[in-house]
Amino acid sequence: MEVEHFEYDNRTPRDFAIASIVFGLIGMIVGLYIALELVFPNLNLGIPYTTFGRLRPLHTNAVIFAFVGNGIFAGVYYSLQRLCKARMFSDKLSRIHFWGWQLIILAAAITLPLGITTSKEYAELEWPIDIAITIIWVIFGWNMFGTILKRRVQHLYVAIWFYIATFVTVAVLHLVNSFAIPVSLFKSYSWYAGVQDALVQWWYGHNAVAFFLTTPYLGLMYYFVPKAANRPVYSYRLSIIHFWALIFLYIWAGPHHLLYTALPDWAQSLGVVFSFMLIAPSWGGMINGLLTLRGAWDKVREDIVLKFMVVAITAYGMSTFEGPMLSLKNVNAIAHFTDWIVAHVHVGALGWNGMLTFGMLYWLFPRFYGKELFSKKLANFHFWIATLGIMFYAIPLYWAGLTQFEMWRDFTEDGFLQYPNFLETVTQLIPMYALRSLGGTLYLVGFCVMIYNLYKTAKAGSFIADEAAQASSLPTGATPGRVAGEHWHRVIERRPTQLLILSLVVILIGGVIEMVPTFLIKSNIPTIANVQPYTALELQGRDIYVREGCYTCHSQMIRPFRFETERYGEYSKAGEFIYDHPFQWGSKRTGPDLQREGGRYPDSWHYNHMDEPTTMSPGSIMPAYPWLLDDDLDTASTPAKIRAMITLGVPYPENYDRFANMDLMKQSNEITANLKASGIETPPQKEIIAVIAYLQRLGIDIKGENKVIFSTEASLVNPSK
Amino acid sequence: MKFINYLESIAGIDIFPMISLIIFFLFFVILLIYLMLSDKQEILAMKNLPLDQNES
Repeated sequence: MEVEHFEYDNRTPRDFAIASIVFGLIGMIVGLYIALELVFPNLNLGIPYTTFGRLRPLHTNAVIFAFVGNGIFAGVYYSLQRLCKARMFSDKLSRIHFWGWQLIILAAAITLPLGITTSKEYAELEWPIDIAITIIWVIFGWNMFGTILKRRVQHLYVAIWFYIATFVTVAVLHLVNSFAIPVSLFKSYSWYAGVQDALVQWWYGHNAVAFFLTTPYLGLMYYFVPKAANRPVYSYRLSIIHFWALIFLYIWAGPHHLLYTALPDWAQSLGVVFSFMLIAPSWGGMINGLLTLRGAWDKVREDIVLKFMVVAITAYGMSTFEGPMLSLKNVNAIAHFTDWIVAHVHVGALGWNGMLTFGMLYWLFPRFYGKELFSKKLANFHFWIATLGIMFYAIPLYWAGLTQFEMWRDFTEDGFLQYPNFLETVTQLIPMYALRSLGGTLYLVGFCVMIYNLYKTAKAGSFIADEAAQASSLPTGATPGRVAGEHWHRVIERRPTQLLILSLVVILIGGVIEMVPTFLIKSNIPTIANVQPYTALELQGRDIYVREGCYTCHSQMIRPFRFETERYGEYSKAGEFIYDHPFQWGSKRTGPDLQREGGRYPDSWHYNHMDEPTTMSPGSIMPAYPWLLDDDLDTASTPAKIRAMITLGVPYPENYDRFANMDLMKQSNEITANLKASGIETPPQKEIIAVIAYLQRLGIDIKGENKVIFSTEASLVNPSK
Repeated sequence: MKFINYLESIAGIDIFPMISLIIFFLFFVILLIYLMLSDKQEILAMKNLPLDQNES
């Protein structure tokens, strides 16, 4: 065997690491800012771009895809080369991947505050950016597989399996969930509607957690924990079982986000069962990570990298215990729509992803720059303040979640709601929101200390862009075939392509069984005769509702509980949402549910409420939306929107795109007249009119009082028709 | 809404869950057997992949 000399590319992982730090800082600052907006509602300074509804998607996208995403790539590009004993397949692809990903993040940072969003959580980016993501993701896969194929090691270490499963599944998730029909360059409608859209979205949403925040990080754990502890992983056998079990089960778990909703029961039960089983492989991973340190716990006291990693793995264990519990219907009934969920995801994000990233960065930077870490003391400080920050973040929100649920469901002895005014259940939580912001601040301070520490480390050393290495070339003929007497799984381990296909099949089985029945079988979504498409004005109003991110605080999904039907009205039916492209069920109630908002208040109430919420609901923490009163509605887009809806199967009359704006003007004038009767003078072409039209339409169809008449050619020729 | 609706709508679907369960079960049984029978030395070699670096 000949010994070959080559160099590892450190530039790409280093650049990704820096990007992760930069965007992590931005993502966390935005998170803190919107957390403070719940305490100080005027903090958006009266401008649209900084409202909670527009910045919340920016926060989640920045943390998931920019902070964690760049962290994944840093770790993968570093470990993959070393596990394959080969330089990355192509430096050019590495560069394209790096800059492409950063441009996508930049595009997100610009479009989301502008209100350009699909409103599908963690997939808010509009279609041109979705296409760019697809291209860059393929480049990542191409580069990764190229490297795996030219490796100098026979076997694929388990970390690489996790990377491959990540690549395959994220590709499938992204493609399926992003299916949409473009209306213009910056606007599209989801291909799916209502219940189907919700199912696809949460199949995606949960698996974004699974295959973006979990599997790649488990891969990183399997590489960096043994490296930092300088001992092999506890059980390699366990890692194999836990890998297959994890990807087998995770893909089915999505519907647990939709318990007690209008999603068919069988799909809900499927989600519960698989989510509950997930505890086994998740804890398999946690145990494997923690037990790697068996007999080396004394090292944890000394080694800063291990400290971070131990807390990360512990947080992983905690949130993957909590997850299955939350997917039990009785627990979910309490936690869903409350801050409990926010606490849960932050234990995962701050604890598992954050702490593992920090551990990895403290390990990588000294090696990138050939210099010891600048200050162990500062790193220790970071460790403690971050751990404390997580607790200050999570505990108040758990408290808030339980408090709010208790207040929602309290009845007086006479059978009335104890707190009929939703706002009471919100103002009660403000001290908890303030404490949570303190937790976030502590975490952020620790993050800044890390930046300083890593900067000083880099400054003191000099960057090793190409790290010399040597390895024997693989013996010829040793790669693909099966050696006599060898087991079949060995062959798979050596063949990344087969591994890719097998994991693809495994996840597709789950996705197909879960989704196909809802698409194919009509009886899954019983139609309701009274439910009609939105009028053109309502559709425009709905798009403003989407643009402003109202779904980040308001649900449109009344669960079949007495305390919900008493507060909001009749529980939600699947058939009510058949024209909702995209669905707007929401996942969190910082404000009340809006599904039966129509007719609850007069038009003038909404007008005043949007102008300044506290005039109508004193103490409200909703931001004011004065620009809706000033800005003109873009009616030029109406025909294109109607055409897109017709393509999606919404039964507007033939050629309705030509008459839609006429109907729109008519309805605008009616609402304007209504407002005038209440003493409010406003021109009919303002955005607020469309928003009022939409809000007044919500949930009234099943009451049978609403009859929408769409103009057609015939009705114009002969008005009596 | 009951699961029976879907069973009725797809011809022969009643066997699907069974097939899925069997595939699922067999996959893990085979995986476990394989892991129990697999060669200790080889497992050890794979386990040590991240540590075996001869880095400069």
